[in-house]
Amino acid sequence: MFGTSITWGDITFMMTGAGLTLAITFWAMLGGTLAGMVFGLIRAQSPWYVNYPMGALLDVLRSVPLLIQFILFNSFQSIAGLNMNPFVVGCVVLAAYTSAYCTEIVRGGIGAVPVTTRKAARSLGMSYWQDMRYIVLPLGTRVMLPSWIGLTLGVMKDTALVYAIGVIELLRSSQIIITRKPHEALVILAIAGLIYFLVSFPVSRLGAHLEKKWREND
Amino acid sequence: MIEIENVKKSFGNLEVLKGISMTVEKGEVVSVIGGSGSGKSTMLMCINGLEPIDSGRILVDGTEVHAKGTDLNKLRRNIGIVFQQWNAFPHLTVLENTTIALRKVLGKSRSEADEIAIKQLKHVGLGDKLKVYPSRLSGGQQQRMAIARALAMSPKYMLFDEVTSALDPQLVGEVLDTMRLLASEGMTMIVVTHEMAFAREVSNRVAFFRDGLIHEIGSPKQIFESPERPETAAFLKSVL
Ligand SMILES: Nc1ncnc2c1ncn2[C@@H]1O[C@H](COP(=O)(O)OP(=O)(O)O)[C@@H](O)[C@H]1O
Ligand SMILES: [Mg+2]
Repeated sequence: MFGTSITWGDITFMMTGAGLTLAITFWAMLGGTLAGMVFGLIRAQSPWYVNYPMGALLDVLRSVPLLIQFILFNSFQSIAGLNMNPFVVGCVVLAAYTSAYCTEIVRGGIGAVPVTTRKAARSLGMSYWQDMRYIVLPLGTRVMLPSWIGLTLGVMKDTALVYAIGVIELLRSSQIIITRKPHEALVILAIAGLIYFLVSFPVSRLGAHLEKKWREND
Repeated sequence: MIEIENVKKSFGNLEVLKGISMTVEKGEVVSVIGGSGSGKSTMLMCINGLEPIDSGRILVDGTEVHAKGTDLNKLRRNIGIVFQQWNAFPHLTVLENTTIALRKVLGKSRSEADEIAIKQLKHVGLGDKLKVYPSRLSGGQQQRMAIARALAMSPKYMLFDEVTSALDPQLVGEVLDTMRLLASEGMTMIVVTHEMAFAREVSNRVAFFRDGLIHEIGSPKQIFESPERPETAAFLKSVL
């Protein structure tokens, strides 16, 4: 292929890796976003004695390097006899990590809605949750979206670190081919980079499109 | 009837309401005037339970607002409030702003809610802005939308908190006209305002707030022409 020694088999191998990268990103973002919304809602309305320990815990998730988290959690689960496969471990750890960032994004989004707007909603007889659902979350989403898109793209790159627990995702599969065909290293890495780009691009375009649409109303 | 009985409220160490008592009868328009920081906004928020109080009590049609068992969400349907600004829900069109509580709070169907909302929006002169987002409205139009939105809930009371003070002078008139219309239709209103001419013309009574207390209350004629307290006279002199 391309006048090189890279075979279709190699490409398929990389595509399988890319599929895993996508799958891990998807589950991590899904779990992390849901958990982050719950934690963010709790943080936005809790007294300090809830907020403080919760903030500290989430700070741990944000500050300990992911690589260490993967390895620690993986050892922990095997000692505890949970028998989780590496793919699941990767998703769980990344989801927890994502949730810590998402919590702050959600908290910031909620905080960006003017108090008076929320009082206006409550004064019409809306309950706390109606205010959240119909006013605060839609408005907060406009503030949250750019950071959330950024987080998604970051998490996708961070999935590369699951190689540490033996998951062969896109970057790891590329490395494996490179060890076999070191002279094709540049081409292989270029293909891997292209795949990352092709996946990221629509996500960031979608974000830009939504932002533009919303700005037209504001 | 709104009965406010010796209400006290502090934010931390700052005592903002120091024992407010006042009764607003059905059909009455009471204007509240006074310097900034005297507790006017806080009192309005206490009336519909947006702020808790420390002591005293507030009764709306006999229901004690801050009693434990009171369903505030239900009580608030009877009390419309319009703030100085940021009333609009910017992600919803004018029509959606006006129908959302009708649908989600009162459980009305879309067509029922639309009908009520359109009637109220026409009433305040926004019949041609239904599909527009609030950002496309002038400040005066936004305030009129907020009034229509509150009225759509068929409240028994309307509270206004300096609704014209963030507006450009040329937009003040249209909002005051809307409130004047409402008063003439017999709505029971408490109007916190800096518009002294308006207060004088529209109110049955005027309350002068000073330092967390009602310093003086009486007919517009008494307050504006022959105030009993020197501080009332001094305040009026400073704003007129
Ligand atoms: N949520 C709040 N937290 C702390 N202080 C507040 C809060 N709301 C109002 N205050 C303070 O209470 C005092 C009275 O405020 P307010 O009722 O808004 O006065 P007014 O409407 O008469 O200008 C002011 O000193 C203000 O700073
Ligand atoms: Mg005020």
